[in-house]
Formats: sequence, structure tokens, C-alpha cells
Amino acid sequence: MSFHPNDVARRARMSSWALVLGFLFLIGAFFKTQVIQNHQYVMQSEENRLRPIPLPAPRGIIYDRHGEVIAENLPAYSVSITAPSVDSLRAALNELAGTLQLEPYQINAAIRRYRRAPTRPTVVLPDASIDIVSVLEEHRLDFPRLIIQSVPKRYYPDGPIVASFVGYTGEITESDLNDPKYASYKPGQEIGKAGLEKQYESILHGREGVRFDEVDARGRPVRGEGPRPDLNPLGAPPLYTNIDLDLQKFMVGIFADSLQGGAVAIDPTTGEVLALYSAPSWDPNKFTGGIPADYYKQLLDDKRRPLVNKAIQGRYPPGSTFKLATSVIALKDGLVGLKEHMPVPCTGGLQYGSRYFRCWEKKGHGSLDLEGAIKHSCDVYFYQLGLKVGLSRMIAGGISLTMRDKSGIDLPEENQPFWPYAIDYYNKKYGRNWSNAETLNLAIGQGANSQTVVNMAKFYTALATQGQEARPEIAHLVPQRKQIYNLSQQQDSVLLEGLKAVLEAGGTAGASAIQGLTLAGKTGTAQNSGGADHGWFVGFAPADHPKIVVAVLLEFGLHGSRAAHIASAIIGHYLKVGPIQAVMDEG
Amino acid sequence: MSRPIVSDYRLLAAAGLLSLFGVAMVYSAGQTDTPTAVAHAYKSQLLWLIIGLGFAYAVTHSSVRFIEWMTVPLYAFSVFLLALTLVVGKGAGTAASTKSWLAIGSHRIGQPSEIAKVTVVLMLAKVLSERRESARSLLDLWKPALIVGIPWAIIMLQPDLGTGIVFIGIFFAMLFWSGVEWPLLLLIASPAISLILSFSVGLWGAWFFILLALVLWYRPYLIEGIVLMVLNVATGVIAPIMWEKLAPYQQNRLKTFLDPTADVRGSGYHVIQSKVAIGSGGLFGQGYTLGTQKRLAFLPEQHTDFIFSVVGEELGFIGVAIALSLFLWLFLRITQVAERANDSYSSLVAYGLMSSWFVHVLVNVGMTLNLMPITGIPLPFFSYGGSFMLASWLAVGVLMRISGEGRGSALSLRGY
Repeated sequence: MSFHPNDVARRARMSSWALVLGFLFLIGAFFKTQVIQNHQYVMQSEENRLRPIPLPAPRGIIYDRHGEVIAENLPAYSVSITAPSVDSLRAALNELAGTLQLEPYQINAAIRRYRRAPTRPTVVLPDASIDIVSVLEEHRLDFPRLIIQSVPKRYYPDGPIVASFVGYTGEITESDLNDPKYASYKPGQEIGKAGLEKQYESILHGREGVRFDEVDARGRPVRGEGPRPDLNPLGAPPLYTNIDLDLQKFMVGIFADSLQGGAVAIDPTTGEVLALYSAPSWDPNKFTGGIPADYYKQLLDDKRRPLVNKAIQGRYPPGSTFKLATSVIALKDGLVGLKEHMPVPCTGGLQYGSRYFRCWEKKGHGSLDLEGAIKHSCDVYFYQLGLKVGLSRMIAGGISLTMRDKSGIDLPEENQPFWPYAIDYYNKKYGRNWSNAETLNLAIGQGANSQTVVNMAKFYTALATQGQEARPEIAHLVPQRKQIYNLSQQQDSVLLEGLKAVLEAGGTAGASAIQGLTLAGKTGTAQNSGGADHGWFVGFAPADHPKIVVAVLLEFGLHGSRAAHIASAIIGHYLKVGPIQAVMDEG
Repeated sequence: MSRPIVSDYRLLAAAGLLSLFGVAMVYSAGQTDTPTAVAHAYKSQLLWLIIGLGFAYAVTHSSVRFIEWMTVPLYAFSVFLLALTLVVGKGAGTAASTKSWLAIGSHRIGQPSEIAKVTVVLMLAKVLSERRESARSLLDLWKPALIVGIPWAIIMLQPDLGTGIVFIGIFFAMLFWSGVEWPLLLLIASPAISLILSFSVGLWGAWFFILLALVLWYRPYLIEGIVLMVLNVATGVIAPIMWEKLAPYQQNRLKTFLDPTADVRGSGYHVIQSKVAIGSGGLFGQGYTLGTQKRLAFLPEQHTDFIFSVVGEELGFIGVAIALSLFLWLFLRITQVAERANDSYSSLVAYGLMSSWFVHVLVNVGMTLNLMPITGIPLPFFSYGGSFMLASWLAVGVLMRISGEGRGSALSLRGY
């Protein structure tokens, strides 16, 4: 071995340089990481240790026109859990299943929520009972990743009474999250699912807050950060509606448990919806935070179809209530004189071609003018009036009277009514094989015509205000009115007199008259191929200065007189007049 | 046997300061928000330091000649202990699946490989110092190669890649110090280099031509030249096969070294969290015992393999620079001791011990910044562990003795 001192000294120098270079390299690497890239790593370190816990914001309170509460928020407790992986979540849920009384579907729902947003605490129970919460609080240390939060829970003090228009809230679904409309929403958040809650979601939804918990590497919270007022949840402003809760309750009371159908009350001068109900109803309080499977099944199995909103979704042939539309179409084109009688007097029916068209009154009405025909709802008169108008004018007239349009009420579920778009509709449907008999059907509100209750109410706002149709609105503040027809004063007054006469002695709803109040309205019978006919009544009062339009449809109500009875009671209650003069007269 | 000794205070100061720094960091490593057993680690670490100081003091009163005389039995004993681990070995820490620990029942006694690091240095020094001429050919190196090769092979069987790297580092450093010329060192290393470069055909081809030029210039024996070239080709070919033979955790560690973000939650987790801890320390650190990555358990093995990350997070770049400067000071001082040693055996022992520590520091500290693959080798004087602390202070004792017996007087050394 070469151990000459000079050699050793040379190697020692080389070694020392190698050592110095090696350490300079390390120190340089640390300088780069710690001083130059410091900011980036500080952020990563913060992200590691601070976990955001979302704080749900209370939804806006919904009031009726007098400041009565329709929808509010109650304090509730939600139980969520944080987990580093699906497996660990599943294990934790299985461990907690006994304590939390978790059903398998709740476990699956929690896992779905986790997959969608693994970094957010996964909601396990959106609305935990106080019993569960107190048990969990006792065992807090055993389940360090559990987050028990006080959250606002939607509550409707009047439950089923307001369900038809207020809707309900629920957890945002997978498909909602894919909708660009909900781009800013996170899984587990509560959104409006139906009714006003859905329609005004953007107003009613507050700004979610956030708090940061310091967590360790296993995601166990170590301590909470101090309060950050800028990150507190921000409640939404209240929503003031046009609903008259007192009238709504009265309307619901009248339907009671036995009747089914829909009803709408509108102020014709503004379009403000005063009440809207579909019977039977359901309890929106049971819907918040997940619909219990058995309750949902019970609603689905109910033959009365409570989940179909009969005021805005159900479509029914308008029957005789439509004769006013036929009248308006004929009058505005000058096709009928005010005192004009039809060529064939009513003898209980009309022979047209090879078919015999019946009048509802087998005994016949004799020869009538327009006012009389409205009062008695004479089919034979309107068959002939329809023939005078002709099919194409009839269809065009219906379109201009918005029979093809949604009413535009501020509820997302409204269905579009049905009305032919042109004669072509019949060509498409029957080939060339259809007869003018369709005209006769349309003229009395049958045939290719089905309307929602709210759309008929909307048409009657025009009848109540000389053609100024008002868009029904539950919450909007600016009235939206549109002149849908122009008639002379005499023409208008003939129609009005006819409608008044309906509620006078001898009229089809004469039994529903109210002492001291002039009512105007029209009964109707919607032929129902699937069972007993549906009964209609649409009317308004006071007849000369209308303040309220009410449309009522009774499913399987046979004839409009019962519907008229309900409507007149609602009107009477609203205008503080009553009691109802005559006893109910079945017809 | 007991002789008076003039202490090398600079050596003692560097090693002592590093040890105190280390115990302080082990204490901090135990300060987590969710208390663990690590909270008490500093007590036993302090105990081992005191025991180590006692041993070191004892060693300074022996003589280098006695150590030289003891070299062969010590080496044989340590190889025997190493072999024993293959039969009754246990794993721990980041390498729980290996067998580097000697244990009775579930109680771990110690890691024989820590002792072997010292005895291999002694044995190599003995063999290399016995030669009059520096090795000129590969054949001349069969003995040193065997001395390192036997314990290395056992350690690779445990398997403990990190300690294996240390042994290779010691081997090359001591050959260099014994006067082996660098072209020969390169030729010896060439099969290993082929092994690494074989993953890229182009790189390997380029390396092969460089090697060819080196062989033609250095002109080893013809047969050696041919054997070398064949070896290079062979390793190049078997490398992919060897890769398959590596345990999955070893493969993962190497893959992670190349790209830690490839598996953030899995094997890349350690390195990423370590870099985050160090990087967030900034210039002055988050404060002693206050590092959040450590406190909240994001930092793995914070008292053993990744203790230097705690230094970086809590004491910042300043703390890192101080720790590394202490190491550099110690190593430069030992290089001086080796240079001025009385005889070639002492000189080689001193240089060998220094090179062993240097490889540890380079690999361990480099690992915390992902400059080196995770091999699970500890940081001298810092990482929690009794065997290593004891072995390190034994080494310090030996170095003190060598320094005391050094050329000229100890006083002259002090005045350097």
C-alpha cells in the first residue's frame, strides 16, 4: 500500500474537497426546497392539516301575504364522517350501523356521497334524532372522525296544506350535480326539489359557510380553528308570496279527506295566486332529508294519485267551462248577434250528418240566445255556434285565448294544456277520414282539448276583466297582464250576465248562490273515459268588480254543481260573505 | 493496556454536539398531538448515548494495537451474528418485512449490521495495510472483496439494501485511501454501473465504449480485461431479471425515487410528506417541537429514518445548515486524523469510519429530499436506535485513540 506522506496528503485534499462539495450539494438542495420553494410547501402543509367542514346555510323563510310562515327552518343534527378511503368508510359505517340504526340503503347512500366528494365530510344521517346524537356524544372519543353538526332543517308548519305549491327540499342527486344549473353545488347539499322550493332555489339557497378543523394524518380532528366571520354561512333572504294562508286552509278544509281534485284561487286584477291545492295532498315534512321508502310507496300505490298535482299537472277536458271561449271566439269575429237564436232549437240534441249530438238536458232547452245558452249550458246552441265559427277559426281562436300555452304560474311542474295547433292536427291523426263533428266537440269543450285547472282559472281572469288575462303568480311582485281579446261593452256584458245567471235560480249552479254577493261562473263536465265524469266550476266574484277567480275540478265529481258549491264557499270565505244560502243540490 | 490519552477535543465536540442535537430532535419527534410510544424514545436514546460515551472512554484507554489484534475475532463474531439474523431475524420500522434485527422472542436486541459496519472497516484496514504496494490489478483485490462481500451478501439476503450501499461505500472509500488508482476503482465499479445503465440501451452502449477505452488505456491483465467486459455484458443482461427478483417493496422504493407523485397515497407518501415538512420549514422553521407535519403524524418514521425532516420543518434552513456543518466539521477533522495517523492501519480505520458515516448522511439526508431512494438507513447521532448510537460512539472512541496516537504529538494536531 502506498503510504508515502505526500500521497496521503494528496488523497486527504481530494477527500476534503469531495466532502465539501457533497455537503454544498445537500445544503443547496435544502436552500432550494426551504427558501425558494417555501411558499408551495407551506400551502401543501396547510392543505394537509386543515380540513374544511362545510356549514350549511339556512334557506330563506317563505311567508304568505300576511306574514304567516309557510316554510321555515328548525334546528336539527346531521351526522357525517370523514374517511380516507371507501373501505375505511365502509368499515366505519358497519361499526356505527348499530348505534345509528343505519339501514342498508343509508349506508349505500353515504358511500355514493363519498365517491362523489371524498374530501368533504360524508353525510350519514342528515337528520339524526336527539337520542342518537346523545349516544354519539357520549362515545365521541371512540369515533373521532364523526362530525355532529347543528344544521337548519326545512319545516312546513302546515305540512300537507301547503305541499301543492311549496314543494319540498331534499339532497341534491347525482343527475342534478351533472346539470350545469347546479354547477356550484356540492354533494350532500339540500336543494329545492319541487314547487316554490325548486322554482326559487337560487333565491332560497343561502351561501354555505366553512370552518376548518385541524386533523392528523389519519383524518382525526385535533382542534378546531378559531371563528372566521367571513366564512360563516349566510342565510337566504325571505320569500314573500301572494298566498293567503287562511284561504288556503279553508280550501283544504272544504276538500276534506273524501274529495279529490284541484283548486286555484287568483286575484284577477293582478294574477296573484291566493290559494292552490291538489287533493289528496302529502306531507312535505316527511320528504325533507330523504323520503322514507314506505311512505313513498304508500303515496305511489294510492289510487287517488296524490303525487300528481291536480291544479297544475292534471289535464282534463274543460267541458262546458270552455263554452265561454267558444262565445268569445264567435263574438270577436262578429259571427253571432247578442240576441241571435240558433237555427235549430234545443230538443235534447242535434242531428248532424249521420250522427246525433245530445244536449246534456234530455228535455231540451228550446230556443235560446247567447245569455240563455250560457245560463243553461245548452249544448245544442253551442254545436251550432261552433259550426258558424268553423274549425280553423275555432282552433286559431283557442290558440289566441292561450289554450295551448302554459299558464306561466311560477311552479316548475306545470303541464302544458292540450289544444290542436291547426287543422293539420286532425289530418295527421285521422288521415282524411275525419268529419266536421270535431268542430261540434271542440265547441262544447270536448274533443282534442284538455286543460289544467290553473289555465282555466287564468282564462277566467280575462272574462272577469274584459279580456285582460293575468298570469298567475305565487311569488312574483309585478303583475303581468295581457289583453287576449277585445269585445264591445255590450258583448262583454252579455257574457257577464250569462255567467251571473248560472248562479241564479234555474242556472246550472243556482244552488251555490251566496246572499249579498253576485257570483259569476260556469259549471262543466269533463267526460272521462276511465270512469265517472269530472266536475268543473270556474267563476269569480263580485261579478261587477271581481276580486277573486276560483277554478275547481273534482275528479269523478260527475257534474259541476258540487265543484260550484266548493268554489262559492271559497269565494264567500275570501270576501267574508256567507253563509251559503241554499243547500247542496246534487245534479 | 490502559494508557494516558490527550483527547482530541474538536472530534469530541463535533460528535458530542451532533449527539445532543440528535437527542433533542428525538425528543421533539415524540411531541405529537396524538401521543405515541415515540414520546419516551428520547429517554432510552439518552441512556444509549451515556452508555456509548462510557464505551468510548474505555476504548480511548485501550490501544490501536490491541484493536488491531482483536480485529479478526471481532470480524468473525459480527459475521456470525449477521448470519444468525437470517435464521432468527426480525423486521422493524420502514423495513418491517426484513430480518435485520436480532431478537429473542418478540424482544429486539439489536442490529448486528451496525456492529458489522465497524468490524468490516477494521478488517479491511488490516488486510489493506498488510500489502506493501497498492493493488494494481483486480486479482490483488480478492481478499478485500471477500471481506466486504461475505457480510454484504448476508445483508442483501436479509434484505437491507441501505446497509448494503453503506458497505459498498466503505469498500470503495478505503480502496481509494489505500492508494488504488481511480481507473481501477472505476473498472471494479463497472459491472454495477452496467447494472444501473442497462435500463436504457443507449446509455449502456455509451458506457460500454467508455469502459473499452478505459481498459485499453489502463491495460490490466488481458484475462482481467476480458472478464471485466464479459461481466459488464452479463450484468447488463441480467439486470431486468434481477429487477423481477427484487421484493415488491424494494421495487416500489426505486420507482418512487424516480417519481414520488406516481403513487401519492402509497409508496410515494413518505417522500412527499417529508418534502412538504422540510419545505414548509422555510428559513427559520416552525419552531422546536411545533412542526405540524410531525405533530399531526403526516411525517412517517419521524424519529428514525425521517428525523432530518423534523430538523428541516422545525428549525428551518438555519437548523439544517448547522446540522450539516457539524457533520462536515466532524468529517474534515476525521480526514485530518486519518492523514496524520501513525500507521496505515490506523489511517485506514479512521478513513473507513468517516466514509461509513458520510454514506449514511448522504443517503439519509438525500432521501428526505428525494435525492436518494428510500433505503431505510439511519442518520448517525440523530436517528433513534441503540445499536447505531453505541456503534457510533465506539467508533468515536477508536478515532480518539487513533488521533491521540497520531504522528507528531497530539498537541501538534490540536494546533493544526
